[in-house]
Amino acid sequence: MEYVALITGFLVIMAGLWAIMTQKNIIRIIIGFSIFDTGLHIVMVALAYVKGRTAPILDNMVSVEEALNKIVDPVPQALVLTAIVIGLGVTALMLAFAMKMHKEKKTLDVRNFKDLKW
Amino acid sequence: MRNFFIIIIIAAFGIMLYPLFDSFSGNEELSELASFYAQKENVEKVNSANLVTAVVVTYRGLDTMGEVTILFLTAAIIAFFLKKQSDVRSLRENTEIFTTAAKLLIPIIIMLGVYIFINGHLSPGGGFQGGAVIASAIILILLAFPNKPFNHKFFGYMESVSGLVFVGLAALGGLIGLGYLDNAILPLGTFGELMSAGAIPVIYSFVGLKVGAELSNILNGFQSVQSDS
Repeated sequence: MEYVALITGFLVIMAGLWAIMTQKNIIRIIIGFSIFDTGLHIVMVALAYVKGRTAPILDNMVSVEEALNKIVDPVPQALVLTAIVIGLGVTALMLAFAMKMHKEKKTLDVRNFKDLKW
Repeated sequence: MRNFFIIIIIAAFGIMLYPLFDSFSGNEELSELASFYAQKENVEKVNSANLVTAVVVTYRGLDTMGEVTILFLTAAIIAFFLKKQSDVRSLRENTEIFTTAAKLLIPIIIMLGVYIFINGHLSPGGGFQGGAVIASAIILILLAFPNKPFNHKFFGYMESVSGLVFVGLAALGGLIGLGYLDNAILPLGTFGELMSAGAIPVIYSFVGLKVGAELSNILNGFQSVQSDS
């Protein structure tokens, strides 16, 4: 079972890569970056999974004494929390750039932006 | 030709990922670092029921501080980029249903956000999630009442004060506690109650307010240059 999340994550990463490379609309490229991000998060959480254990939150079901044998790894989950927020910041910046570019040329087709092409 | 190259690159990427998948065999045990965090004496030292929150706010609090700084930087750059071009915007009238529903929902959404970040040390949730929920209430305000002036000053002050309190509480841990970001400067309380885990709920509440203010500023930056024409 623990392979399902890992395979899903890898497939989502590759779908994001495909969107980044084939799409012509800038908004769609940004969505591709977001999908790539999501795939990475799924892979990171999947790597933290420990067979047959539960979320690292201690309550009536998981007492402090048996926490060591009942919870999954909390560290990658904390890292994913950080990564999601950074991904949000990057997406917001890319959208601001896209808005600026649309104001410049009144189009979002990436083929019309040749200023940096070589 | 171009499509052919793209297929080759994606296939190469897939082959690159395959060894990662092949050598993964599932964990049977916690890693050394995680078992340090899950030990009884260390759990009781922090006294937070949600171990992810304990990691995010105490053990790896410096990461969180950097994260909040990056979010602040993003908000500043977007405010710089998307300056309001003109005051005259052509916008469609909102329907009665939408504005009435927004008036009803906005206080409830804000209350849910506050609930999420106050209970961050007990249940799934925390400052970043609660802040995002609060920002969703703000975008509902911006969409439902687009001509109401957005109070930049209030959100600016809220953000600065929350950031200062976060850094101040962290430094206080260094001065009177065991080290920077030590949460034992406030009484640890009973395990699993709202008033427990020392400074964690306070720090996370201010992180939530800060994130909500920053996201609201970003959303307002986007909204202020948008028009329906």
